[in-house]
Amino acid sequence: MYAQMVDTGLKKVRTEEDMSAEEQAFQARIDAGIKIEAKDWMPEAYRKTLIRQISQHAHSEIVGQLPEGNWVTRAPTLKRKSVLLAKIQDEAGHGLYLYSAAETLGVSRDELLAALHSGKAKYSSIFNYPTLSWADMGAVGWLVDGSAIINQIPLCRCSYGPYARAMIRVCKEESFHARQGYDIMMSLAQGTPEQKAMAQDALNRWWWPSLMMFGPSDAESVNSAQSTAWRIKLFSNDELRQRMVDQTVPQAEYLGLTIPDPDLKWNAERGSYDFGEIDWSEFQNVLKGNGPCNRERLRTRVKAWEDGDWFRDALVAHADKKAAAKAAA
Amino acid sequence: MDAKLDYLLRQGDNALILSQQLCQLCGKGPALEEDMALSNVALDLLGQTRMWLGYAAELEGKGRDEDRLAFHRDAIDYRNCLLVEQPNGSYADTMMRQFLFDTWHYFLMDGLTRSSDVRIAEIAQKSIKEVTYHLRRSGDLVVRLGDGTDISHAKMQTALDELWMYSGEMFLYDAVDHAMVEQGVAPAVDGLRQNFLDHLAEVLNEATLKMPSPDAWMQRGGKQGRHSERLGYILAEMQFLQRAYPGAQW
Amino acid sequence: MSKEWPLWEVFIRSQHGLAHKHVGSLHAPDAEMAVNNARDVYTRRNEGVSIWVVRAQDIVASSPADKEALFEPANSKVYRHPTFFPMPEEVKNL
Repeated sequence: MYAQMVDTGLKKVRTEEDMSAEEQAFQARIDAGIKIEAKDWMPEAYRKTLIRQISQHAHSEIVGQLPEGNWVTRAPTLKRKSVLLAKIQDEAGHGLYLYSAAETLGVSRDELLAALHSGKAKYSSIFNYPTLSWADMGAVGWLVDGSAIINQIPLCRCSYGPYARAMIRVCKEESFHARQGYDIMMSLAQGTPEQKAMAQDALNRWWWPSLMMFGPSDAESVNSAQSTAWRIKLFSNDELRQRMVDQTVPQAEYLGLTIPDPDLKWNAERGSYDFGEIDWSEFQNVLKGNGPCNRERLRTRVKAWEDGDWFRDALVAHADKKAAAKAAA
Repeated sequence: MDAKLDYLLRQGDNALILSQQLCQLCGKGPALEEDMALSNVALDLLGQTRMWLGYAAELEGKGRDEDRLAFHRDAIDYRNCLLVEQPNGSYADTMMRQFLFDTWHYFLMDGLTRSSDVRIAEIAQKSIKEVTYHLRRSGDLVVRLGDGTDISHAKMQTALDELWMYSGEMFLYDAVDHAMVEQGVAPAVDGLRQNFLDHLAEVLNEATLKMPSPDAWMQRGGKQGRHSERLGYILAEMQFLQRAYPGAQW
Repeated sequence: MSKEWPLWEVFIRSQHGLAHKHVGSLHAPDAEMAVNNARDVYTRRNEGVSIWVVRAQDIVASSPADKEALFEPANSKVYRHPTFFPMPEEVKNL
């Protein structure tokens, strides 16, 4: 998802025997559905995993502004421009809510940004793909935000209070994002032949990367199992991906567009769609830095940060001067 | 062209071009909070654009709408002042441009709330709440950056010195402006200019920045359709889709 | 590395609510900018009427539960709202 394959640092899932009395009490709270809050005792591994997960999610929102920022100056109507700008702004806001949530765990935003800029911290694979046409604004809202919603709604019930509350706030805003994307797709699909071709092309390019967003199958994953026990991961990658496919196929049919998967087929027995093999080597490569836009995305963020040094410093200097003057008065 | 129509286009085009420039900075601000604040301003300006151009289209009565006006006029028919076309440059340039614009914009909107044209007064009423906030924000940043570090001070002073010659066009009234004043639609220039200079002096003084002479030569021509080389590029980018796919609905 | 802006906790009283609610945090160099930024970040949808910001370090909190106790009782931009985009009846999950 936005946070993919989060490492818990553990080699096996914690059992009662492994746990101290403190940790058992902690686990009992989680099992009872009681929220863990910022100053509560928590195992170091839980804290570290949450920092990784929440910050990856935050970084994704921030970097996620860039593929859409790419088209806001070229939006084809004033209304579309306004809506897209509002969406991009929302993403900055989501990043901010999430950094806030991460900071409750004893890490500073500057530390997290340093990790992002150095390439140590990850962000969602999906944002390393280019937005090549206006139809991409539709596809991204529809498929990427659509997938994000599927992941985020369960997270509203996750065990860590600040993260759950941030997710509730994010989810309220996210459904507008998916709808505006689908609205764009509808206009294009019902438009001129060139527009329809534009829409189909965008779907062709964004379909598989969107499925990859959910991460590889994690049936065997210790990390996933531990995160599930901690209730910071509520469904498996495959379950979420299946949900996305089942939800989206009828939406594509309504548009009269073809999903680029010849193996896509309704399976009456399962009550779900069967779909084709995902090219996980592409996913692994994108995560490693070999995606179409990794370099640009990171460079843009680093440049914005470095170019902003003087600005941030000046604001601190001014605040200090004012505080000193006040103290002296 | 009808003087009032021209006047409406001037307001709409100012807001549109400035908003378009701010859109370039999406996701590239010096801090997350700043990114959000700046996009709020861009969004507000876009909303104002739509009100002005919407009215202009109606007044023109030729069946055009806000999008037809925004996406199908070439630079020669754009009526924004030169200030809003100046490049984003560094954040110092962006904020100084914003401050100069906001100050004039605020006093203009204030004057327009008393316009004899009911629709213009309404647009101004809606806009002034936003513009009041814009001015407070940009003025505050000018003070903080002007009286921040030596580096920020130098950047802001340079930005002010370079943008100064674009800060007077708004007060060079031509036949269109005079017609609007005569009809009670727009405020007279002297009061407007004095308010502008007084506010500038107050803020720049607090920012420890040196205000250039108000009698300096001011660049002009934007309001009459004589723009800088930049506008062509801004419009080419903005208008591309509508021009490349004529007749399509989006 | 330059000095980081301090962390502020933000509380908003919404138009229809009675008490300020904690909505999150942000970074700002001082109180005035914190309030201004809070307006941009947390009230974009007319969600707030009154904003309080407090330096995070100034918040005094009660101690969390004792180890032994297992269970403790924890406008205009109208297009932002999902209902602005009516979706066709046939389309589900949007």
